Amino acid sequence: MAKVTIKIDSQPIEVEENSYVLDAARTLGIDIPTLCHYPYVTPYAACRICSVEARDSKGWSKVVTACNYPVWDGLEICTNNTRVLGARRINLEMLMSRSAPHPVLQRLADQLGIKEPRWGFGDNTCILCGLCVRVCDEVVGAHALTFSERGIFRKVSTPYDQEADDCILCGACAKVCPTGHIVFEDVEQRNVIHKEFGLGPNAAIAVPFRQSIPNIPKIDTAQCIHFTTGGCQVCSKACPKDCINFDDVEKSEEIDVGAIILATGFKPFDATRMKRYGYGRYPNVITSVECEMMNNASGPTGGKVLLQNGEVPRAIGVVHCVGSRDAATNRYCSRVCCMYSLKLAHLVKERTSAEVYNFYIDMRTPGKGYEEFYERLMEEHVHFIRGRVAEISDWALDPSEEGKLTIRVEDTMIGAVRRIPVDMVILSVGLEAQADADEVRRMFNISCGKEGWFLERHPKLAPVSTFTDGVFLAGACQGPKDIPDSVAQAGAAAAEALALVDCGYVLIEPNTAGVDADQCSGCRTCSAICPYSAITILSDTLLAQVNEALCKGCGTCVAACPSGALQQKHFTDEQIMQEIKGVLNYV
Amino acid sequence: MFEKPSDNSRFEPRIVAFFCNWCTYTAADLAGTARMSYLPNARVIRIMCSGRLDPQFILAALRQGADGVLIGGCHPGDCHYQEGNYKTLRRIALLKRVLRDFGIEPQRVRLEWIAASEGDKVQHVINEMTEQIRTLGPLRLERREMLPALGEQPVLLEEEASAVGGGAL
Amino acid sequence: MSKPKVALYWCSSCGGCEEAVVDLAEGILDVVAAVDIVFWPVALDFKKSDVEAMADGEITLSLINGAIRSSEQEEMVHMLRRKSQLVIAFGSCAHMGGIPGLANLFTRQNVLDSSYHESPSTPNNEHVEPQVEYSANGHRLTLPSLWETVKTLNQVIAVDYYIPGCPPPVNIIKEALGAVLQGKLPEKGSVLAPDVPLCDECKRRESKPEQIKIDSFKRPHLAQSDPEQCLLAQGFICLGPVTRKGCGAVCVEGNMPCTGCMGPTGRVLDYGSKALSAFASLISANADDEIEKAAATIADPTGTFYRYSLPASFLHRAGHVKVTGDK
Repeated sequence: MAKVTIKIDSQPIEVEENSYVLDAARTLGIDIPTLCHYPYVTPYAACRICSVEARDSKGWSKVVTACNYPVWDGLEICTNNTRVLGARRINLEMLMSRSAPHPVLQRLADQLGIKEPRWGFGDNTCILCGLCVRVCDEVVGAHALTFSERGIFRKVSTPYDQEADDCILCGACAKVCPTGHIVFEDVEQRNVIHKEFGLGPNAAIAVPFRQSIPNIPKIDTAQCIHFTTGGCQVCSKACPKDCINFDDVEKSEEIDVGAIILATGFKPFDATRMKRYGYGRYPNVITSVECEMMNNASGPTGGKVLLQNGEVPRAIGVVHCVGSRDAATNRYCSRVCCMYSLKLAHLVKERTSAEVYNFYIDMRTPGKGYEEFYERLMEEHVHFIRGRVAEISDWALDPSEEGKLTIRVEDTMIGAVRRIPVDMVILSVGLEAQADADEVRRMFNISCGKEGWFLERHPKLAPVSTFTDGVFLAGACQGPKDIPDSVAQAGAAAAEALALVDCGYVLIEPNTAGVDADQCSGCRTCSAICPYSAITILSDTLLAQVNEALCKGCGTCVAACPSGALQQKHFTDEQIMQEIKGVLNYV
Repeated sequence: MFEKPSDNSRFEPRIVAFFCNWCTYTAADLAGTARMSYLPNARVIRIMCSGRLDPQFILAALRQGADGVLIGGCHPGDCHYQEGNYKTLRRIALLKRVLRDFGIEPQRVRLEWIAASEGDKVQHVINEMTEQIRTLGPLRLERREMLPALGEQPVLLEEEASAVGGGAL
Repeated sequence: MSKPKVALYWCSSCGGCEEAVVDLAEGILDVVAAVDIVFWPVALDFKKSDVEAMADGEITLSLINGAIRSSEQEEMVHMLRRKSQLVIAFGSCAHMGGIPGLANLFTRQNVLDSSYHESPSTPNNEHVEPQVEYSANGHRLTLPSLWETVKTLNQVIAVDYYIPGCPPPVNIIKEALGAVLQGKLPEKGSVLAPDVPLCDECKRRESKPEQIKIDSFKRPHLAQSDPEQCLLAQGFICLGPVTRKGCGAVCVEGNMPCTGCMGPTGRVLDYGSKALSAFASLISANADDEIEKAAATIADPTGTFYRYSLPASFLHRAGHVKVTGDK
């Protein structure tokens, strides 16, 4: 495209022919206010706030809107003379008089020196900027919104004012709406903690979580508008390095390995299952995991411990054993929660100086320095109450409990039921096996224990191996444990795996099956049932033969062999018959 | 529930239990390390997989004096050797029909799926089966041959070696 | 030098084994030339007293067929045992109990009831049953008594060898007789037939697929069979894999699945349960209900798998014996 030279506020700039004045001004760093402009949609000039004066060298001038005025060679723009400011002022004042008061308009009014519109305020929250319509049309491509009616009845609406079938619930309209006229509500009441702090990703392209590795954004194709309508791609337009690849697909690769270490971890107990603790109902009841996120300096609150309304809590309760040591949920102790509860108690007390109460059943602090840490907390005047929390509610029985969350607990040390009002409750959730543990373990042909953790070969003597040779376990997938133990186990598993693959040979089962060719008739009963394809029918003799390297020694073929030609070493028919005789005839 | 077998007049069932190495035998080990006590009437024979179990063994056990036979294998889908327990399931399904024709009560031959972590199931099944068979009474198969019927001579008992096979075929 | 003496006797049998000897056709002349038949109730007129009069061990070989179920049979086989050097159990009934052995699924009374009281074509208003003794007109008549349990020959007397088959195939008989006459017999207690299953000599073996999988079993009279393909692979219960060869697989050549008359190989101890194990293993279903459905397509598993071998099986007979009164 050809380049032209224009001047904005006497500053020359070379831009492409027919580009817009507003973009040129922004390149020069000259601020022109806008209301209905959005970089990724076609400019609409609905609000007229970006009005500027266009002049040529021959004395012609006109007030135009910068957002959609195409430049031409020799154009001169003035952005801040009386005529321009006057134009902006009258447009804004008229807009304000039809609208309800709103901070966005008020800010512009302050800039332009308007206190209040002469004709009073109106009651429209929609300022007819058309951003929602343009975004839905051009970026999203769903075309669910448009302007309808005329004149003073003009409004933004869906077809026939009915629920739009084409709306894909992307929320783009709500995001660009400057006045909040379009509201996006979570009607499913999903658990969103402190949503204005943005805990968790809220855009389709986001870094999965803080400090994730690799620390780059990822597109959630389920939420992404481009993958729904083929439109948008705003992120790609915004990216200066052009590194967003929408065509990236999941690839499957097959890799042959000699050993596998399963380190699939755990999942935190879902605190909504403890209905009487109010998680999900009361925004200030959070889990330990969420508390960790909040405490993190790169977290949503910058490391501050805050209530939902932004205030600092003055009393905090930490509830141990949520989901653990409980016949109704999990009977076992999750091992790590007492220590992390003490850590969180210490952190929140340090940051807020609140009264901190820990409600525990037993204090489990084995490990180096752990018991000493517990004593330190006691010296820091953290309150320790031995009792399982019965209920957390916001029903106030007396004025001291108004506006607070009351924790009801039996203090077994003093033998009395107490009600303790706090501002925030942290639930120390236990550890559980991953939801798909059963599926995963079948894939690797290992077993799960009673509580869903992967089963080790021997609890004392082989804690990292499984019953399937070559598959090892590391970390919490084998049972709840903390970081030092996980690291130690990972080292052990790596060592065993390396020992296996570096050895140069493998020891195989000795109790393989074998065919006596003199007795085999080639009936093919055995070859049909071997799951390892270890039995082949020889093409010359048509008799069966067992490949001892493939045979795993289950003996199923032996039980099926109609002629007794197949026998299993160490488990022959004769040997088992003698065992039967032995257990019956001598006792 | 667990009584010491000191009462000599009470019938003590003799149950032969075939346990697969990876699941049921491990579960029985677990019951042991967890000090779970259960009745001593089951005599365990270890095989690598329940698929090794030849129905001939079940009949041999009954023939030689067992009052019941318990077979323990991995849960369907969990067999250490992929599918061995399915073969067992099919064989026992067919064998049960034959046992019915022979007039042997179905409770005497029991197939249970017991996973490696289910030590308590081993305890429960053995206790339950022992009591069931105690109620049913002894199977008395060999004695059948010794009962003189009309015109019938007592059977020439074969020597020990061939007694296992019921006579060389 | 006198020729070796041979006796043939039949117990609970159908006569097929005698037919099998006759089937030697002109070969019988060779037999007669080589031996003296001193006792053969179906064909020759020697009496029991003739045998009683012999010395112990005078008979070189007794071929006894049929299962043992009556006091007379018991008496006769004991006598033949005394008088013979070698006793060979001839045919499935003597070897394993045979078809008569299936009566072990019932009690003796069941048999008498069914034959004399419940059979619609037998008029028996006086409800009589055979008696062991009956007197009329001053004469005393006796009948042998019927046992509760059908027995194989070796459950009554000591047996030296077995010639299997129902009836034994002609070539097997010839080889066995030849071995006796030449003194080239294997160790005592052996079955005089090859110790490999039938599939080894069956012409359809090559048509077997690599993986045999059966959804449901077919019965020969209800389903059309492919005359070229392995019958087991088609879903018929062909007991070829479990049964000794030696018969040339003539039944299969006649498009009928093998019924297992030659008995199992030497490593198998209980024929019926071994056959059951092999067939059950080939069922393709994994789910409980599907397995039950597939198993139900075998109309009579006990009868099918223990057709010839019930008395010789581990369990011998069904149910508990009730000792009935004297009849």
